Amino acid sequence: MSPLLQVKNVTKRYGGLTANNNISFDVAENEILSVIGPNGAGKSTLFKMISSFVPTTSGEVLYRGERISNNKPHIVARKGIVRTFQETTIFKSMTVRESVIVAQHLRAKASLAGYFWGSRAAKADVAAFGQYADELLEFLGMSEISSELASNLPQGNLRALGIAIGLATDPKVLLLDEPFAGMNHDETMRMVDLVRSVRDERGVTVLLVEHDMPAVMTISDRILVLNFGEKIAEGTPSEIQNNDKVIEAYLGSSDDEIGM
Amino acid sequence: MENITKRQLFNVGLFLFSIFIAVPLIISATGRWDFYFTLTSVALLAIASAGVWLTFYIGRINIGQGAFALIGAYVSAILVVKGGISFWISLPAAGIFAAIVAIFIGMLVLRLRGVYFAMITLVLTQVVTLTALALPITNGAKGISSIPLPSGVSLFGIPILPDFATMANTKLAFYYTACILMVLTYAALYRLVNSRLGHLCRSMQQNEELASSIGVNIAHIRIVIFAISSFFGGIGGAMFGSIAQSVYPSSFQVADSVNFMLNCFLGGLGYVFGPMLGTLVLYFGWDLLFELGKYQMLVYSIILIAVIRFLPNGLLSLQFGKGARK
Repeated sequence: MSPLLQVKNVTKRYGGLTANNNISFDVAENEILSVIGPNGAGKSTLFKMISSFVPTTSGEVLYRGERISNNKPHIVARKGIVRTFQETTIFKSMTVRESVIVAQHLRAKASLAGYFWGSRAAKADVAAFGQYADELLEFLGMSEISSELASNLPQGNLRALGIAIGLATDPKVLLLDEPFAGMNHDETMRMVDLVRSVRDERGVTVLLVEHDMPAVMTISDRILVLNFGEKIAEGTPSEIQNNDKVIEAYLGSSDDEIGM
Repeated sequence: MENITKRQLFNVGLFLFSIFIAVPLIISATGRWDFYFTLTSVALLAIASAGVWLTFYIGRINIGQGAFALIGAYVSAILVVKGGISFWISLPAAGIFAAIVAIFIGMLVLRLRGVYFAMITLVLTQVVTLTALALPITNGAKGISSIPLPSGVSLFGIPILPDFATMANTKLAFYYTACILMVLTYAALYRLVNSRLGHLCRSMQQNEELASSIGVNIAHIRIVIFAISSFFGGIGGAMFGSIAQSVYPSSFQVADSVNFMLNCFLGGLGYVFGPMLGTLVLYFGWDLLFELGKYQMLVYSIILIAVIRFLPNGLLSLQFGKGARK
């Protein structure tokens, strides 16, 4: 079986700066793969190229054998590859439920004109969206805050909201950008469980960029390590933990997030 | 939508009653026939302002509505005068033409955000004015004058709309026409905002990156919205030309474009009916300050600044809480 997602010789240069150099790896269906590396290793850039938020300088990303890189973000999202954001990128003045409803628009069966006139299909959509929003929020344990304005949520809930918005699009592959950042141990472990259940119960393949080593070691099936834009290692958590290059990269840098 | 309350229904009923019945009664009782022209203008400017409000809804500051109003006015005038077409056909044609122009311009400029988009649209009005001066079909600086009044319409021999030229009171007829158009515009705007397209616009207004990450084709929606916005501008402008029976390159200027935007600010960007109230207050406010002579502009500006400073969410934020938007 061919892999779900293939990153092939992807390079990204910004002027003289090489953010990613000739990176290749595969992602299997139903896998949780983490991309780690010291600050500035090019993890976020890699994610942006996979989701077509930035074009590659060379190389390509394939999804089920079809090229998705150097495209438009919404087209990649429509194919089922959906990213969440590192910052608190949310719909500020929407409630949690509204955000999750608007994120389901790809599932709409009625046309935009149908919505305008209030066709039967549009009404059915509206009902289905509401129902699915409630179901999804319950699955994520967010029912209680469903009518809170997004701008009023604490940081931990914002991450969950980001994931809820991503999940509402019914993705095949979810790219999570630092889902555990700024969380304490308990919150992180809850999020780890959540991400796992997203994979186990919804069949979503998960790629994540993360700094939190204990969390990464717990959650990942496989780990990809970047340093200065280069791929330096790829393997299971235990392989990575014993990889000399990885240890050197982390100890060599002044980064204090070693934790291994 | 599914959640129109009784109170909202009552408000809408009251509003329709006052513009279609109460206002004409009051005017005929007081004999202030000049008010018809003022209120007709307000209704038409409110239609164009509705378009500007819609571009605000996707997070773009639009100071170019005067351009589309002018395009609409010219298209209608040319079709009626040179093409001999009924005004009632030229009216939607003017809106559609303005929308098509907006699609082409939008494809080029809608990528820009914030002040950059605002600047480009500001220039747009000037460009259209200069184009109208230069083109032979628009008659240059002389403009198009003595446009005939809207003719009657009949379908299968049944008269639907009367011939305005034979009417004793064209002011009342124009007033009703403008009010009906305004009501239709705002009903459409309300539906749009509360339908899926409106929700997608809101998502774009709040975060374009996140919107595109959930699969919203933001470039496409921006153009659709800009086209609808300009359609309203074209309709408002065409109707204006028909009432004034003339169109000149100076009929809509940069100042008008700015006013369309101010109407939205003043009424409230968070309320569908904001631009309507804003237009009414701004138009009457300016007239009421006429007594002040040379201080008119000064006082007017100070009041505007004060409103923007102390009521950043517009006049409608005074009376209604956030949930009470109609």
